[in-house]
Amino acid sequence: MSGAFRLAGRGRIDTARPVVFRFDGRMVRGYAGDTVASALLAEGRHLMGRSFKYHRPRGPVSAGSDEPNALVGVGEGGRYTPNLRATQVEIHDGMVVVSQNRAPSLRFDIGALNTLAAPVLPAGFYYKTFMWPRGFWDKVYEPLIRRAAGLGRAPTAPDPDHYALHYAHCDVLVAGGGPAGLAAALAAGQAGARVILCDENVEFGGSLLVDTHSLIDGLPGMTWVARIVAELERLPNVQLLTRCSAFNYGPHNMVALNQRLSDHLAAPPADMPRERIWQVRARDVVLAAGALERVLVFEGNDRPGIMLASAARTYLHRYGVACGRKAVVVTADDAAYRVALDLAEAGVKIAAIADLRPTPGGPVVEAVQSRGIAVLPATTIQRAHGHLRVTGAELAPIGADGTVGRGRTIACDLVLMSGGFTPSLHLHSQARGALRFDDALGVYVPGESVERVRSAGSCRGIFALDEVLRDGVVAGLAAAGGETGPVWTVTRQDAPGAGGFAGALPRRGPGHLALAFVDFQNDVTAKDVKLAVREGFRSIEHVKRYTTTGMATDQGKGSNVNALAIVSDVLGRTPQEVGLTTYRPPYTPVTFGAFAGHARGDQFDPLRLPPMDAWARAQGVVFEDVGLWRRARYFPRAGEDMAAAVARECRAVRGAAGIFDASTLGKIEVVGPDAAEFMNRFYVNAWTKLSIGKCRYGLVCRDSGFVYDDGVVGRIATDRFHVTTTTGGAAGVLNMMEDYLQTEWPDLDVWLTSITEQWAVIALQGPRARDILAPLVDGLDISAGAMPHMTLREGSIGGVPMRLFRVSFTGELGYEINVPSRQAQAVWDRVWQAGAVFGLMPYGTEAMHVLRAEKGYLIVGQETDGTMTPGDVGCGWAVSKVKPDFVGKRALALPAMNAPDRLQMVGVLTDDPQEVLEEGMQLVTAAETPVPASAEGHVTSSYFSPALGRSIAIAMVKGGRSRMGAALYAPRLEGPALKVTLVDPVFYDPEGARLND
Amino acid sequence: MQKFSAFSLARQAMGRHLGWRPQWRSVVPKPSYDIIIVGGGGHGLGAAYYLAKQHGLCNIAVVERGWLAGGNTARNTTIIRSNYLFEQSSSYYEHALKLWEGLSEELNYNVMFSQRGCLMVAHTVHDVQVFKRHVYANRLNGIDNEWLTPEETKAFCPPLNISPNIRYPVLGAALQRRAGTARHDAVAWGFARAASDLGVDIIENCEVTGIDRDPSGKVTGVQTTRGPIRAGKIGVSAAGHSSVVLAMAGIRLPLQVNPLQALVSEPVKPAFPCVVMSNTIHAYISQSDKGEMVIGAGTDSYVSYTQRGGLHIPAHTLEAICELVPDFRRLRMLRSWGGITDNTPDRSPITAKTSVPGLYVNCGWGTGGFKATPGAANLFAWTIARDEPHPINAPFTIERFRDGTLIDEAAAAAVAH
Ligand SMILES: Cc1cc2nc3c(=O)[nH]c(=O)nc-3n(C[C@H](O)[C@H](O)[C@H](O)COP(=O)(O)OP(=O)(O)OC[C@H]3O[C@@H](n4cnc5c(N)ncnc54)[C@H](O)[C@@H]3O)c2cc1C
Repeated sequence: MSGAFRLAGRGRIDTARPVVFRFDGRMVRGYAGDTVASALLAEGRHLMGRSFKYHRPRGPVSAGSDEPNALVGVGEGGRYTPNLRATQVEIHDGMVVVSQNRAPSLRFDIGALNTLAAPVLPAGFYYKTFMWPRGFWDKVYEPLIRRAAGLGRAPTAPDPDHYALHYAHCDVLVAGGGPAGLAAALAAGQAGARVILCDENVEFGGSLLVDTHSLIDGLPGMTWVARIVAELERLPNVQLLTRCSAFNYGPHNMVALNQRLSDHLAAPPADMPRERIWQVRARDVVLAAGALERVLVFEGNDRPGIMLASAARTYLHRYGVACGRKAVVVTADDAAYRVALDLAEAGVKIAAIADLRPTPGGPVVEAVQSRGIAVLPATTIQRAHGHLRVTGAELAPIGADGTVGRGRTIACDLVLMSGGFTPSLHLHSQARGALRFDDALGVYVPGESVERVRSAGSCRGIFALDEVLRDGVVAGLAAAGGETGPVWTVTRQDAPGAGGFAGALPRRGPGHLALAFVDFQNDVTAKDVKLAVREGFRSIEHVKRYTTTGMATDQGKGSNVNALAIVSDVLGRTPQEVGLTTYRPPYTPVTFGAFAGHARGDQFDPLRLPPMDAWARAQGVVFEDVGLWRRARYFPRAGEDMAAAVARECRAVRGAAGIFDASTLGKIEVVGPDAAEFMNRFYVNAWTKLSIGKCRYGLVCRDSGFVYDDGVVGRIATDRFHVTTTTGGAAGVLNMMEDYLQTEWPDLDVWLTSITEQWAVIALQGPRARDILAPLVDGLDISAGAMPHMTLREGSIGGVPMRLFRVSFTGELGYEINVPSRQAQAVWDRVWQAGAVFGLMPYGTEAMHVLRAEKGYLIVGQETDGTMTPGDVGCGWAVSKVKPDFVGKRALALPAMNAPDRLQMVGVLTDDPQEVLEEGMQLVTAAETPVPASAEGHVTSSYFSPALGRSIAIAMVKGGRSRMGAALYAPRLEGPALKVTLVDPVFYDPEGARLND
Repeated sequence: MQKFSAFSLARQAMGRHLGWRPQWRSVVPKPSYDIIIVGGGGHGLGAAYYLAKQHGLCNIAVVERGWLAGGNTARNTTIIRSNYLFEQSSSYYEHALKLWEGLSEELNYNVMFSQRGCLMVAHTVHDVQVFKRHVYANRLNGIDNEWLTPEETKAFCPPLNISPNIRYPVLGAALQRRAGTARHDAVAWGFARAASDLGVDIIENCEVTGIDRDPSGKVTGVQTTRGPIRAGKIGVSAAGHSSVVLAMAGIRLPLQVNPLQALVSEPVKPAFPCVVMSNTIHAYISQSDKGEMVIGAGTDSYVSYTQRGGLHIPAHTLEAICELVPDFRRLRMLRSWGGITDNTPDRSPITAKTSVPGLYVNCGWGTGGFKATPGAANLFAWTIARDEPHPINAPFTIERFRDGTLIDEAAAAAVAH
């Protein structure tokens, strides 16, 4: 057997499979089934970590997820993970484990000097100091504090693993697979309910995993568990999940589980996710999360070798490890006696049992005494001795009046403590269930909940095994709506004795220098808690925040009740009056990557590709992200930068023709008898008179009167409009339409359908556009007379159905050819081929922006920023004066919306025609403007215009339309301000001759 | 007031820290005060402090329905910055930022204001345009803000992934160096302690249930769960509950209340040097002095007064964090929580007189009012004391929603936190 403290023939580890791993560079031997903690304990090693503030040497106090001390870093490179609990990390061959928060080594940590300074570092000391001299806080003190704080070091390489997310529904979710949970799951499963049973442990069994005493139907606990699990596995309606913690209980029985899949494997399959989050919507929930043993608060209670009694029992029965050779037990309840018996039977010497209660008694106490173990009633532990390992316990009698007498020190290498058991209320409480203080038990238990949830077993304060099993069955049946469930007879068990202790143990003398820890990880002592109360922090939430008790990575699982008891003691109020702090999810920490699941890399957000994406890529396009879309920005040729490519594309459109994939434009079909009325109410424009086959530029405002979106709308039929929106605005406009239709105008008979994906849009723009297109369309006359600007025709192109719009966002003769997306590439290819002889060239969004700016066309989101009215951006003409109502009408009538000094859209020319302003530049009246100053306006769009051979810009300027010709200045971040002149924003072809060609 | 300093700490250590007195007095409510502030968050406590300190009005009570500063003051991600787009907003937030810069000394309480710098990361061409506009506008207003290239962004915050091959590559960032974070609880406690010292009564566990008015309509006091209290003036600074309280005086506020969530990781050694905000992919992150990564999640879209939201909201935020800082994928969520935020239609606050004489309101701070705490408190105090707004908060009226003079930061694509 490896490890001097390993006991042959015990534990649930596989001694046939030795495992070797490294801890701080040293080889450690263990067995399959060991955790890092159990393997180290088997070597007699308790020291595994250092605390947060004082860097105190620490060993494990627990054997599970509530561990505050034994935190380690595991893995290497991208798989390195800090702050894992050594008590949960399953070892495998080659695993690399390091201790944390120590320098240079775990045994010798320079940071431990903080303990010497402890007298001047009480709770909240940092609020009272580090204020002088001013400016030193974030430059000097804070960096020092930060370096001392933190636990493990953060990973510094990307995580190569992947994570999965799974949604599930069930009738009954059972959280916790101890006796209560197993009983509930079986009862519910047999009643026919779809059941999910999860447990955070490696295997089911809960408290029975370490209970070798009790017998159910004459069987040892774990034999019974194996039988039940086998029965559950046979039920097709039951799903069993181990290594799976229920961590978040959301509204309406939405419970999230975190399943750990691969960390325990030395060589997991490459396609196996590391963890999986289950989002379970359960009709009913049974919480069977058990209870956690409480630590005792006494001087030196944090020395390595001091642990919960239940933890020692776990190491014994699950891992075959004796946590020491000679133990002192300090307890306030009966459970620790059974632990003492188990340990004694395994060969550990029990030097004494100090019982805080005056008259412990009952069968288990007698059994201990009959083994010759000394039981000291009414005895407390005054302090523990030792540094890197406990060396002795000073036990002292408690007099009838509560005073503590002189004690004697008993040498030992293990101190086991038990303050009684606290029901796990986290999930119940996360679901906003009420809590009730049970005076008899001295703990909180679950009260009413608004959810369909039941607690069963020790998480609601029921501790006797026979009652726990019955409680589980009752809960399972109630959740499943079943009538009869399984019945078992517990043939041997310990009766739970009365007792339990919370708060600081009584001691002799004031102990001003004594460090008795309430919250181990955060180094919060009983004195700290008392100081907080003294300083007026009476609410338990304030105590938590001022002292940081309960804010460590165990989230106060071991500390909250003790802190509460100390506060209630100092204030002289009942625990119920003081109350508990809010339980905040998650129950145990959950990996960020698990939440992200497969939403990473290209899957982070869905990527929307327009139909001609592959074609564009083949042309060597440069893309830009617009919303979810990836759009072609420009098509550089060899040796061209963006400016050169864009200039060439612009010249092609103005001189011959350009082709542009405009498919990302949002498209909505508005259909129904009331379609025109709907359009009238929704858009600022008037629609009734728009005849079939005609198009109109439409503007949408919010009810605030500010421009929200725009686009060309064509009338297909009396009751049918083909609406286009901006690329980014498509979803928002549809949502807003639906919102108004469903909540404001349910009287209107209208259907809305998103057709963005159905219709691809090929924009063909330029003086040769008609020449290219005319031979391609099937029997359609598109001559200037037959199909003027702002009209639409339905027809086909090479047999492909088509909605042809004659519209232009470039100022040239232009068409937007709408064809079904699947046939778009074929149509594009034909247009492309036909255009070759005319000098057709593809252009991207950048050229499109320049071309439209030359024409003074606005882009919603660039000229507008959500605070511009139609009038501001020169579209006052679009707003119907006669419609009785439309969205935004009331707002547009407000005085402020019509003030003469509103920002208005203007053109801007720099004195130097080669100087291109930066978008976002502010405009002021004087060349030398001292800061701070108010702006007269700002530049919204700015380009070099190939058509004009100079720079142009669009700006929003206060009262701009009446300031044409005025000079303003654009301050630069460095260097003198640039002088500009305000001009009309239409720079090119102001008469629109080219459009109507 | 017991002075806080390294010296006093050492002296108290000799007395085993038994000599510390409560940081604020525990009081029984008096029957009457000159002014009652409803809401003991940072804003309310601060207003009481400045009323006493700067306006000499000390007969004041702050009434708080729960534990002091247990609302959004205790729940926010503590990002402080002033680089808002509009002049009205940036001068309000800059007023606050200047107060932050001296707050620890002013209150003799270390509020741990840490000017670590705040990066607003751009991922699209549109982001670049918007953030550059911020830079130019802020600089003209005398507020520091600068533009960084992707490489400069990475140099300022090394853990960021600036690879051009990710879904939304980093195209640059706007950096306000004077921005940062502070210790939220300390701000409230510091104000409470200093105000209490000046004679302000701080009354916890006392919920206002009604507002009393005389026949002329002027306020005369409040009804509370601890009985009626008379007052000449009432200032409401109740965040998510402001509309509930003002409804007691017949005033309807244009507020919508939504949950906003946040979370922290387990603590790790220093690994993230500044505040990073990405509006486009919804990620806000900084590292606390304790070592936790503090991460702001999004707003749940439904109206709710419960201090929690759906798990998909923080999950989405973590997707974004894992993209932006892929090294943090194996960090673990330690705690998550929600607060209820009071959002106005233009996402700018209201600090103003109301139509009811003697009744004032400071609300609508929504998802981003922590940074304003000393500024809002200071200007709210001014407004109450003088019965007229200070020029800085004069535009932040209730009436602007009626007359259209909105200050629409959200629409202007600024980031809300
Ligand atoms: C998750 C989250 C993250 C955030 N992140 C940031 C950030 O990074 N940066 C930033 O600047 N801002 C942030 N905010 C916003 C910020 O927290 C708030 O705007 C700010 O704290 C508001 O302060 P307050 O004092 O007005 O409100 P609160 O602290 O909420 O105080 C209002 C008080 O009024 C009390 N009250 C309510 N009704 C009554 C009544 N009837 N009687 C008596 N008392 C009553 C409440 O109990 C509460 O204590 C965030 C908010 C949340 C929720």
